[in-house]
Parts: sequence; C-alpha cells; structure tokens
Amino acid sequence: MADTKRIKQSIYFWIFRAMSMMVVFILVAILYFIVSRGIGVINWDFLTKSPEEGMVKGGIFPAIVGTLCLIAGSLIFAFPVGVFSAIYLNEYMKKGRVKSFLQLMTNNLAGVPSVVFGLFGMALFVNKLKFGDSIIAGSLTLGLLVLPVIIRTTEEALKAVDDNYRLASYAMGASKLYTIKKVILPIALPDIITGLILSIGRVSGETAPILFTVAAYFLPKLPHSIFDQVMALPYHLYVLATSGTNIEEARPVAFGTALVLVMIVLFTNIIANVVRAYYNKKYKK
Amino acid sequence: MVQIETKDLNFYYGQVQALRNINIAMEKNSVTAFIGPSGCGKSTLLRLFNRMNDLIDGSRIEGKVMIEGADIYARNVNVEDLRKKVGMVFQKPNPFPKSIFENVAYGLRVNGISSRSEIEGIVEASLQSAALWSEVKDKLNKSALQLSGGQQQRLCIARALAVAPSILLMDEPASALDPISTSKIEELIFELKKQYTIVIVTHSMQQAARVSDRTAFFYMGVMVEFDDTTTIFTNPKEERTLNYVTGRFG
Repeated sequence: MADTKRIKQSIYFWIFRAMSMMVVFILVAILYFIVSRGIGVINWDFLTKSPEEGMVKGGIFPAIVGTLCLIAGSLIFAFPVGVFSAIYLNEYMKKGRVKSFLQLMTNNLAGVPSVVFGLFGMALFVNKLKFGDSIIAGSLTLGLLVLPVIIRTTEEALKAVDDNYRLASYAMGASKLYTIKKVILPIALPDIITGLILSIGRVSGETAPILFTVAAYFLPKLPHSIFDQVMALPYHLYVLATSGTNIEEARPVAFGTALVLVMIVLFTNIIANVVRAYYNKKYKK
Repeated sequence: MVQIETKDLNFYYGQVQALRNINIAMEKNSVTAFIGPSGCGKSTLLRLFNRMNDLIDGSRIEGKVMIEGADIYARNVNVEDLRKKVGMVFQKPNPFPKSIFENVAYGLRVNGISSRSEIEGIVEASLQSAALWSEVKDKLNKSALQLSGGQQQRLCIARALAVAPSILLMDEPASALDPISTSKIEELIFELKKQYTIVIVTHSMQQAARVSDRTAFFYMGVMVEFDDTTTIFTNPKEERTLNYVTGRFG
C-alpha cells in the first residue's frame, strides 16, 4: 500500500519534471535550429546594408530599422494607455458589474486574432484616417494588439501590492493620486516591466497586423517620417520564405533574418530583466 | 479636556450593524484601551476616528464623532487633513519598501515639505521619539524591510509621529511581535502619552492593564463598560466585563 503510494508520487514527480524540461528543450531546439542555419550569413554588411539582387544578397538593415520603429511606436502609444487603464481599473473602480464587464472585454480583446487587428487597422488608420500604409498606422494597430497584455499584466502587478501599504499611506494623509505615484507604482514597477517585455516580443514578431498597415515588400531606403512605409523583420521573413524571386537561394537570408529577429527579442528581454532586477533589489535587500 | 468624543454613534457594514449607540469621551494626553473579543467592534470604532472606514464600500455611519469639538464627518472636513492630525499604527508592521529615512520622511513629503535640513531634523526627532534612533542612525539609507519586526513597528510609529499628529491610534500594535519588542512598544506608549492622546486596541488584557489610563470593554458592537483601567480590572460594574477580564469567555 505504502509502496504503491510512493510509486504514484514518483510517477507524477517525473511527469511534472519531464514537462518542465520539455519547455526548455523546445526553446533550445528552436534557438539551435535558427542559430545553426542563420549564423553563416550574419556579418556587418548583412546588418547594415539593404537587400540586393532580388533579396538573395545584401542585408536587412531597412527591416531592422522598421521593426525597431514599430516596437517604439506601438509602445509609446500602448504603454501609457494600458498602464493608465489598469490604474483606473484596479485603484479607482469599485467591484461590480461595470468593472467585470471591462475586464471581460479586455480579455476578449486579447483573444481577437491578430489578422483581424490588421484588417481593422487598415480600415481605420490607413483608410478612414488617411494615414496610408505608414509607421503610424502600423504602430497604432500593433499598439491595439498589445494593449490587453499591458492592461492585464499591470492590473495583476497592482493587485499584488499589499493593501497595508495603501492603508499606511492614506493614514498619513496622503491622497489617492500621491499614494499611487509614490507607493504603489514603485512597488508594482518590476511586474509592470514584465508586461512590457511580453509586449515587445509580441510586437516585434507579429506579421498579420502590419501586413495591411505598414509593411513594405521591398523598400531599400530608410523612413523619413512616421507617415512612411517600412520593411519589417517578420514580414521580410515571410516574403523570403514564400514569395521571393528565388526561394531556395533566399533561404540562408531568411534564417539570418529570423536570427536577427530572435536576437532583438532576446536582447530587449535581457535589458528589461536587468531593469526589473534593479528595481526589485533596490529596496528589498 | 476632551479630545475625542462620540455621540449616539451607529455604524453599519452594508446590512450588518457593527457598532450600536456608542457614547465615549477620551481626555487629552491619556491612553485609552479598547478590549473585547474578536468582532466586537473595537477596531471598527478606532478606524472611525481617522475615517479609515470610508474606504470600505457600503459602510454607513450615524451619529457624531467629534475631535477637539469638531464633527469629523461634517461635509466640509478634509479627510487628508484629519488623518495628518490623527495618526495610525497598524497591527502588522507595514513600513514601505523604501529606506528607513524615506519611510519617516514620507508624511513630510506628503505635506509638501521639501527643505532637506528640515526633513532631516524631523526624521531624527521622530526616530528619537519612537526610541529607534540609536539603533538605526548609522543605516538610515538601508531598506526598512531589513529591520526586525519590533523595529519595523517602531519605525511605523516614527513615521506616524513625523507629521505631528495630536492623536495616535494603535490597532493591536504589538500582536505580531515577540515579548521583548512588545515591552519596548509599551514603554514607548508610556513616553508618548505625555504629548499625544493615544487609543489602543488590544487583545491582551495584561497590555491594556499595563499601558492604559482608561479601558473600554466592547461586546457585540456595544460598549459594555468604560471606566478607569484599575476599576475595569479589579471592580467592574458589569458582570460581562468581569467574566471577560477574568478570562471566563472571549
């Protein structure tokens, strides 16, 4: 009896362990797959030149710049809107139907397929507001896409702040706004940054929302204003893999592009984690 | 001189009546202890004195709470100003995850004081008053979370004192602390009553007997008896009080 119990324990233990190891394995496998095939084409020219000869030669500099523009543009829009909404939801709204409805809608927004965001962005920003295919139209569309991610992570971050801190601050005669600014946000900041990290990964990798709103098939020059089109890494990758002039010959370039994309995401993650760790450490020890 | 006074005070959480017809008056520079079993309303009453119960949805108050003769629930009262005058120390030590210095300076910054020398002076004085200065004077920039529980609670007292309140509310300030820290807090209360009017909620009857001048016994939202602490503990008028202080229930 005791033996079967122990065996059962250990079976489950190994299942849990195997599953968690598998996640690591999958990530390592993807990275190996991309790095091993992509590293060969990466050099200074690849990172700093425009595509040449039907995109099978040259570099991907315009697409790198384009993706960085879209990350920055979408977060400039989505981060304040998302954080402010979450503050309202968590700090000001009373529990009740309206709040539940808003939270439900935020969740639903997160579930809308990204291609639908693309269509909506095209209809609203490109056509209705006459931005045309442009950085601003693409950034706003991507911004809408990550808004629910930022709202939810910020809301969770604020919810995790011990109510005793709020009470202590109010008891000192601090106003709600002062308490939010000086006590709650600093404590929640590391977790809010986590939301930002997730958003950067999402924004830099999405193809569908930029397809109809900003991404250029081939545009070997840099944008001059937010109303210009740009190339972007995920779309460039898609083009190279499916509809270039010579798909076989473009394959190494495609892996190189994928590698750069992954590197950008990993690099921003590392930066954000350093910032997060800094704020976590600042007062806790 | 009467500092805090309630008149025919009733208080409700939604449909539940938590306090029934409370009439109590507390003298300036005295220590009043609120005792009674859990859920008797003693903490609720304490939180009415700085309007912390305002934060609870669906709560409602009837009657009056007067501080220095003024109704603190009158329409023109600024709650933030009231809370600067009526400081509070909570059951669980809750210093902010900031430096020791910044914790005490917090209330000063809330008040818009920005002169560095002025803030430094008040921080030192407040830590002195809370009997913590000698222990922390060399590590003011260290995180408050590094302090022991007892030190954290004295830091919270210093933080409350920094904004120069005239009243200090203490909600079971020593219940999460070890005996040595507890006795330090009690000594501190003894010192502080020279300058402040103190109301302390406590589960420990020994503590009430040691630190307070007057004691109020609450049961089921009613103030059963309010008298000199020695009378409450040696010769109470009500049988329920006697049963409680002798440990027969509660």
